[in-house]
Amino acid sequence: MSVQTTDYVASEIRSPASFVASRVFIYGALACWGFICLFPIYWTITTSFKTAVDVTQGHLIPFVDFQPDWKGWRSLGLSPDSIFQTSTVRDEFLKRFMNSVITSVGASSLAIIIGSLAAYGLTRYRYHFAWFKNEDISFFFLSQLILPPVVLALPFLVLYREVGLLDTRIGLILLYTLMVLPIVIWIMRDQFNSIPVELEEAALVDGLSIWGAFFRIVMPIALPGMVAAFILAMVLCWNEYFFAALLTSTDAKTIPVMVASQTGSQGINWWSMAALATAAIAPLAVIGIALERYLIMGMTAGAVK
Amino acid sequence: MGWALMALVTLGLLATIVLQILYKTEVDTIGFETWRPVVYAYVLWGVAIGIGQVLTRGEDGQRALFLLPALLFTIAMVIFPTLFGFYIALTDWNLSSFSGRRFNGLDNFWQMLADPYYRNALINMVLYVLAVLVEYVVAFGLALLLNAQIRARKFFRVVFLMPLMLSPVAVSWMIGKSLMEYRFGPAATLARHLGWEDPAFFSNPITARISIMLLDAWTFIPFMMIMLLAGLQAMSREVLEAARVDGATAWQTFWQVTFPLMLPVSVTAVILRIIFKLKLADIIITVTSGGPGGATDSVSSFIYREYRDRSNVGYGTMLAMAYLVIIVVFVTWLLKFASRFVRNVN
Repeated sequence: MSVQTTDYVASEIRSPASFVASRVFIYGALACWGFICLFPIYWTITTSFKTAVDVTQGHLIPFVDFQPDWKGWRSLGLSPDSIFQTSTVRDEFLKRFMNSVITSVGASSLAIIIGSLAAYGLTRYRYHFAWFKNEDISFFFLSQLILPPVVLALPFLVLYREVGLLDTRIGLILLYTLMVLPIVIWIMRDQFNSIPVELEEAALVDGLSIWGAFFRIVMPIALPGMVAAFILAMVLCWNEYFFAALLTSTDAKTIPVMVASQTGSQGINWWSMAALATAAIAPLAVIGIALERYLIMGMTAGAVK
Repeated sequence: MGWALMALVTLGLLATIVLQILYKTEVDTIGFETWRPVVYAYVLWGVAIGIGQVLTRGEDGQRALFLLPALLFTIAMVIFPTLFGFYIALTDWNLSSFSGRRFNGLDNFWQMLADPYYRNALINMVLYVLAVLVEYVVAFGLALLLNAQIRARKFFRVVFLMPLMLSPVAVSWMIGKSLMEYRFGPAATLARHLGWEDPAFFSNPITARISIMLLDAWTFIPFMMIMLLAGLQAMSREVLEAARVDGATAWQTFWQVTFPLMLPVSVTAVILRIIFKLKLADIIITVTSGGPGGATDSVSSFIYREYRDRSNVGYGTMLAMAYLVIIVVFVTWLLKFASRFVRNVN
C-alpha cells in the first residue's frame, strides 16, 4: 500500500516547476471559463440598475463607475418606492410570471406522473400491443425527442383553434408535457432499472397488489430520480419559447415571450429590459444553485453504464 | 361487463366524432360549436378503456394501466397532429384570409424546392450542426478540468452549469443585443481593444453566424460537459494508474486510454446535442430574426417568420414536414454510423 502511494506521488509531481505550471494553467482556465459563464449574468443584473448614460458609456462596476439607480426596476413597478403603488406593468409582469409558473409546474407534474408509470411498466412487465413489444414502445416514446417543435407547432395552432385551446394555459401544459415526456421516461427507466425486483416480489408475497407495491415500496426509493426528472422538466418548460410565442397571445403569454416582445418601436429601454431579464432568470438561477445535485443526476441518467 | 363498457364508450367516441364532422360539413344541424367536446370524449374513452382493461383482464389489465396513460396521451398528441400536418402541407391555407383552406396538391412542394431561403436555412443547419464538434472539444476540456485534482470543485461545477439553466431568450437578448452592441457593448469594446476595428457582430453574414453559434454554445456546452464529466468519474482509476506506472505521459494517457474509454459517452453526448441543435430557433428569433438577409436563419426560425409574416400555414407546414423527413433520415443514419464507429474503434 505504502509503495503504491509513493509511486503515485512521484509520478504526479514530476518536478515542482511543472507541478506549479499545471496548477496555474488549470486554475487559470477554470477562472477564465467561470468569467465567461458569469459575466453575462453580472452584466444583466448591473444593467438593470443603470441609467441611460451609464449604459451608453459602457460603465461596468457599480459605485465605482456609476451610481446604481432603481430606474429599471421602477419601470417594472418592482422598485422599493413603487412597489406599493399600482402599476399596470407590474400586474402584467406578475400575470406572465404566474403563467410561466403554472405551465411549467403543471406540465412537469403531469409528465412525471404518466412518465413514471410508463417507465415502471416498461422496466417490469412484458407488453404486447398488437405487434408492438416493449422495445418498440420504448423507442416510440424516446423517438419523440427528435421531433422538432416546428413540426408540431403549425398543426397544433390549427387544431387548438378548433378545440378552443389556443392561448390557454391548459393547451401549453399539454404541449410541454409532450415535450418533456421522453426525457422523464428516459430518466425514470434508468431509476427503476437500478431498483432490485426482489423488493417488489417480497411485497407481492406479503399481499400487496401490483399498484400497492409500486406506491408503497418502489416510489419512495425512486423519489430522488423523480425529483431530478421534475427539475430538469421544469427548466425546459420555463425556458421554452417557440410554442409559447406561436400559441399564446394575450391570456397565456409566458415570461420568455414577454421578454422577447419588449423590443418596441421607440428604441430599447436597456434598464427595464435588464430588470425583466433578471426577473426571468432569477428563479432558475436559485433552483440551479440549490438543487444542482439533482440536475446533474437527471442529465447523466443512462449516459454512463 | 368490461367488454360492454369498452364497446359502449368506443361507440360513443365514434358517434361524437361522426356527429361533429357532419355538423361541421353542414350536413346536419345538431353538433357543437368547437371540437372541444371531442377532446372530452377522447379523455372519457381513455378512462373507460383503462377501467375496462382491469375488469376484463384482471392482473394483466392492472399492468397495462401503467402504460396506457402515457401511450394514449402521446398518440393523441403526436400521431394525429402529424398526420393532420401532412394533410395541411398539401393545402393553400392562409389563416388571415377568409377563403379558408384549398387543396392544392404538391404545389407547396414545388414552391419549396425553388425557395432559395429554405435551401439557405438548410445549409445553415449543416453549419450549426458542425459547430457541435467544436463545442464538444471545449466541453471535453472543461470536463477534464473539473475532473482534475482541484479545490472548490463544487463551486466551479455550479458556475459552469449556470448558462444551461437560464432562459436562452432572456440571456441571448442581453448578450446579443446589449453585451455585443456595436457602440457601447463591453464585448465590442473588448474586440476594438484587440484590434478588430469594426466589431459589428451581426451585420456581416459570416460573423453573424459565428455569433449565433457562440450564443448557442454558451447555453449548451454545460450539457455536454456534465455528461462527459460523469463519464470521466465513472472511469476506473486502475486503468489510469496502470498507464502511469507504465510510464505514459499525460498526453499519451489521454489519447491511448481516456479518449477511447470515453468514446461511448462522447457519442451519446454529441448525438443528444445534435438533436437539440436541430431544434435551434429561439436565440435566432430574438437576436437577429434571421438577419442579415436570412444569413443566420435556422429552419425553425425561418418557418416561424414565414408563418408570422404571411400567416401561410399550408406552406409553412410543408417546410416543417420536409424538415422532419430530413431529420428522421439524418438521425437514423447518425445512430447507425455512431454504433458502427464505436464498435470499430473498440
